[in-house]
Amino acid sequence: MLKHESIETNAVLLIVLTLVAISIGGLVEIVPLFYIEGTIEDVKRADGKDAVRPYTPLEQVGRDIYIREGCYNCHSQMIRPFRDEALRYGHYSLAAESQYDHPFQWGSKRTGPDLARVGGKYSSSWHVKHLNKPKSVVPESIMPNYPWLLKTDLDFSDVQAKMKTLKKVGVPYSQTKEEYAANVEQFGEDVAKMLDVNHAESNLMAQEKAKNFDGIPDRITEMDALVAYLQVLGTMIDFSKHDETEFIEFR
Amino acid sequence: MADQDGKKIKDPLTGVETTGHVWDDNIREFDNPLPRWWLWAFYMSVIFTLWYWVVYPAWPSGLLEKGYTLGTKTITYDSDAGETKTTHWNTRALLAHQMQTNKSELIRQKMVKEIAETPFDTIAADPQQSKFVLAYGKSIFGDYCAACHQRGGQGVIGHYPNLIDDAWLWGSDVSDIETSIRKGRKGNMPAHKGSLTADEIEQAAHYVLSLSKQSSDVVAIEKGKAIFNTKGCSGCHMPTAMGMKALGSANLTDHIWTQADVNGTDDAGKKLAAVKQVITEGIQREMPAWESRLKDDEIKILVSYIKLLSQN
Repeated sequence: MLKHESIETNAVLLIVLTLVAISIGGLVEIVPLFYIEGTIEDVKRADGKDAVRPYTPLEQVGRDIYIREGCYNCHSQMIRPFRDEALRYGHYSLAAESQYDHPFQWGSKRTGPDLARVGGKYSSSWHVKHLNKPKSVVPESIMPNYPWLLKTDLDFSDVQAKMKTLKKVGVPYSQTKEEYAANVEQFGEDVAKMLDVNHAESNLMAQEKAKNFDGIPDRITEMDALVAYLQVLGTMIDFSKHDETEFIEFR
Repeated sequence: MADQDGKKIKDPLTGVETTGHVWDDNIREFDNPLPRWWLWAFYMSVIFTLWYWVVYPAWPSGLLEKGYTLGTKTITYDSDAGETKTTHWNTRALLAHQMQTNKSELIRQKMVKEIAETPFDTIAADPQQSKFVLAYGKSIFGDYCAACHQRGGQGVIGHYPNLIDDAWLWGSDVSDIETSIRKGRKGNMPAHKGSLTADEIEQAAHYVLSLSKQSSDVVAIEKGKAIFNTKGCSGCHMPTAMGMKALGSANLTDHIWTQADVNGTDDAGKKLAAVKQVITEGIQREMPAWESRLKDDEIKILVSYIKLLSQN
């Protein structure tokens, strides 16, 4: 029988067996990734287009601020299929809903509440007050203040570069006419326009002007971008239009 | 290996074999076996793993329809369309199954349905139902409404209305409150810094305060009254200054203040400044529409909860 002593005193054998052990662990994590296509739900809107879309330029820049400020340290974006979470947060998160997230914001360690469906839950002006000074609206909150978001003008000079980078990892932003046409096919024209890298800056400014998330009409602040991102979270799928079976059968 | 004699002698005191290493002539290392209980626990966990691999979905495989083994357990649940379905074990089906069979979940659903079908007056008169509404409504209110209106529904002066006082901007009927929640509200008072001079704003403020007997500057009040009636204030707040439900304009004659913090100070100057601030800058505030977010029965419970809160 192979004794520990014979492994410990034979460097070659030790290296070979260590590699075998590590490979098993690696395979268990890597092999399932080749079957990931089948785990992302195919959710369509009533008009037959994809319900989940990539973020608009403004939302994407807001998402980068979310990550920069470390919001993920306290907030997850993953509602698990448990009764208590269904009652509190709403429908459990689908894989499809984070398919364009790089990196995704899943997690189960929460200091603050889960944000997967925070979009539309509060008014934008509430978000502005809350991010600026959480205790002003939620006295018992332990969330820190983020006063610089309102003071700092949004730097979106690199928004095209960001979108091109995300495109490289599979987010369908469009640069050519063919890619644009494919997006029209997949998401519909209104969404496809927002995903066009060539018009990223004007799209960003137009969305800010239309919604004016921060309540300041003549400036585009970091607050605008972050609130735009928060307000879209979890809102892309209208669950009342889907039979639960549809999602169960994806498992 | 000069310090190794290779002899695995037994320690005379404990009877345990040593590894054969010797340091400093006489220091040897015990070669204790793993504790027997630990070893058995290890073997049992290996056996458990093998069982688990078979019973639960675990192994990926391109050869299978789903791309992985399905396990041996199944779950039965009803689809939204009312069809009974059976599927391999997975957490989504498990949730659907629990929402349809769990004992406390069924009680919850029964109570919620009961509340949804009962008129508010009956709920208020029924101790069990109103107790349920107060407990259940508290959690919905805490999650969706308290962010603005605060835990107790007291609101924030200058920002979010108080829901537990007797004043209602948009009406106090069950149907009014329901509309406020379903459709949301947009409160809008224009800023008057462009249309009124500083003196006029001050005079109007005196008049507004005099309505609740908090100003005695007779001359300013008289001038302010004229401004109130001719420069647009009475259009929304009505000539009586009692407000109008359709516009959500405030009643200025009571002692309830939701924007200017008049009650928060005894100083006449500060009271005046607070009212002037509101007239100057106007008010823009919004209650979001909840229709697409909350279920009908949740809205019913919320309306009843808020009504019960404001009555208590």
